Amino acid sequence: MLPYPNRTRSFLLSGLLLLLLLPPVSSFFGDAYLVSMFSRLLIYALAAASLDLIIGYGGMVSLGHAAFFGIGAYVVGILAWHSYASVPLLTWPLTLEGSESVLIVFPAAVLVSALFAAIIGFFSLRTRGMHFIMITLAFAQMLFFFFVSLEGYGGEDGLSLYARNQLSGVDLGDDTQFYYFCLGFLLLFLYLSQRLVNSRFGQVIQGIRENERRMLALGFPTFRYKLACFVIAGAGAGLAGALIANQSEYVSPGLMHWTRSGEILVMVLLGGLGTLFGPVLGAVVLLLMEEILASFTQYPMVLMGPFLILVVLFARGGLYELLIGRRKPGE
Amino acid sequence: MYLLIEQLLNGLQLGVTLFLMSAGLTLVFGIMRVINLAHGSFYMIGAYVAATVAGYTGSFLLGLLAALPVAALVGMLVERLILRRLYRRDHLDQVLATFGLILFFNELTRMIWGRQPLYMNIPDWLSGTIELIPGAPYPLYRLAVIGMGIGVGFFLYLLFARTRLGMQIRAGASNREMVAALGVNIRILYTLVFGLGTLLAGLAGVMAGPILAVEAGMGEGIMILTFVVIVIGGIGSLRGALTAALLVGMVDTLGRAYLSVLFRLFLPAATADGAGASIASMSVYLLMAVVLVWRPRGLFPPPGGVQ
Repeated sequence: MLPYPNRTRSFLLSGLLLLLLLPPVSSFFGDAYLVSMFSRLLIYALAAASLDLIIGYGGMVSLGHAAFFGIGAYVVGILAWHSYASVPLLTWPLTLEGSESVLIVFPAAVLVSALFAAIIGFFSLRTRGMHFIMITLAFAQMLFFFFVSLEGYGGEDGLSLYARNQLSGVDLGDDTQFYYFCLGFLLLFLYLSQRLVNSRFGQVIQGIRENERRMLALGFPTFRYKLACFVIAGAGAGLAGALIANQSEYVSPGLMHWTRSGEILVMVLLGGLGTLFGPVLGAVVLLLMEEILASFTQYPMVLMGPFLILVVLFARGGLYELLIGRRKPGE
Repeated sequence: MYLLIEQLLNGLQLGVTLFLMSAGLTLVFGIMRVINLAHGSFYMIGAYVAATVAGYTGSFLLGLLAALPVAALVGMLVERLILRRLYRRDHLDQVLATFGLILFFNELTRMIWGRQPLYMNIPDWLSGTIELIPGAPYPLYRLAVIGMGIGVGFFLYLLFARTRLGMQIRAGASNREMVAALGVNIRILYTLVFGLGTLLAGLAGVMAGPILAVEAGMGEGIMILTFVVIVIGGIGSLRGALTAALLVGMVDTLGRAYLSVLFRLFLPAATADGAGASIASMSVYLLMAVVLVWRPRGLFPPPGGVQ
């Protein structure tokens, strides 16, 4: 266990316990929908935690994070499509077949989204502040329109999967097993990210957030550090995308629409910037609120919009600060 | 040849609409240093109010006259209640608050007007076509949009270059503390500029009403194009907004019309159409990426700089 103060540790442990116990409890009450819904929540939590790496720790406000989420999902969709159709993805210069195996599809999704993050980051990180927000938004829209016009893979309607990906020894088609699969990835990503932000690399990234010019003067190649951080976050979002494609067994350009980027951003801020666990909480709370609001009103966003504005105006530290207290430096 | 002229005019018309949108937004960016994602909502509000009033009274002009003050007033109210508290905050907070505003306004229009789009008629005196060049008829209404845009551009030029208010706004853009210290009520100035911006967005919405369907979320597509315009032009620069709006309007329109034709010269027809369509829809974003790599602060970065 990492060196956390008691209060924080007990919150995190009880949260973990709740998530671990969710499937048996919900099956006891005969409510199978809850498990499937919480798989979705965990996946968005992973996407939000990855965005927190660049926004909360790196200070780079990206409004195009859903691009990598969508890319990860499309890798799953496209590989599965080629596997069903038995048409190779590439024949030259090397033959690439489609696949439905987790061991091939997931690394591919992470690598491809990391590659896209490297390209987009390389151009975007030349700018900062307002320009950075706009250019990440523009790149994400560019990819959105690209996939909309990609008629071969369903265009605007997207692609349906016939089944979830396969992994020997695990039946991902089973909602409970898939839930633990998602939870496992989320915990792994949180653990690695926690190690990362407390490492020398993470300290440099936070130093750049506070004062880039000074870090540059101290001899750190800040552009490379920021790019590396951007790529890691993109890879995390790609992983989440691969999971969401499996969860809903469907991919569409809607996954990378700019409102999706906005939604993930809301999760991060609602949960608490630069806390990693806060965005997880933010994702769970936001999506649960949407579910609950949608169940009793046809127009949930009329309440959700003002709620977000109130959070921005009055609860700046997010839920993390409300529950656990202000994050101290070095914690 | 006639087709080319028609497409050029279409590009000009899109450019003019984008200019109406981006003029207000670039001022808000440049002077208040605030990101307003909800600018497209005022475009939508303008279109809805105009379509409703025009529907009841049968008069396009009454619709226009009703929409402009509503867009301006709602804008000033939003500035007064929400954005004013966010000027000194991080851009992230501004993004989120205005994102909340978009969700709110979109859903509110759905509540009031329903999920079905509204349609607006072109007024009789602007319907029909006119032959600018013999043999090339062009819709009169679209020409009127272009004319209106040029008129607004000229008005803004006079406002900023020739009046005391314009001078104060320009001064506020380059150094707000100094302007406040010289006794200008910067708060009222900010509210007025914001209202002017949302009024122009509302005007753009009214003008687009008879051409497009009036529906919830209609402002988002054009809002993102507006961002592209502002970033290409240089955040805070009116001259940049004008140049970039025309550039983006032309690139988008001509790309959609001619890229697949161009690709057919050296690709099989089906591939050429697909590639042409997908590159056309990405063309303005490509343009923006190229401009930013070449000049990271846009074509006409205003003095003083905006972060």
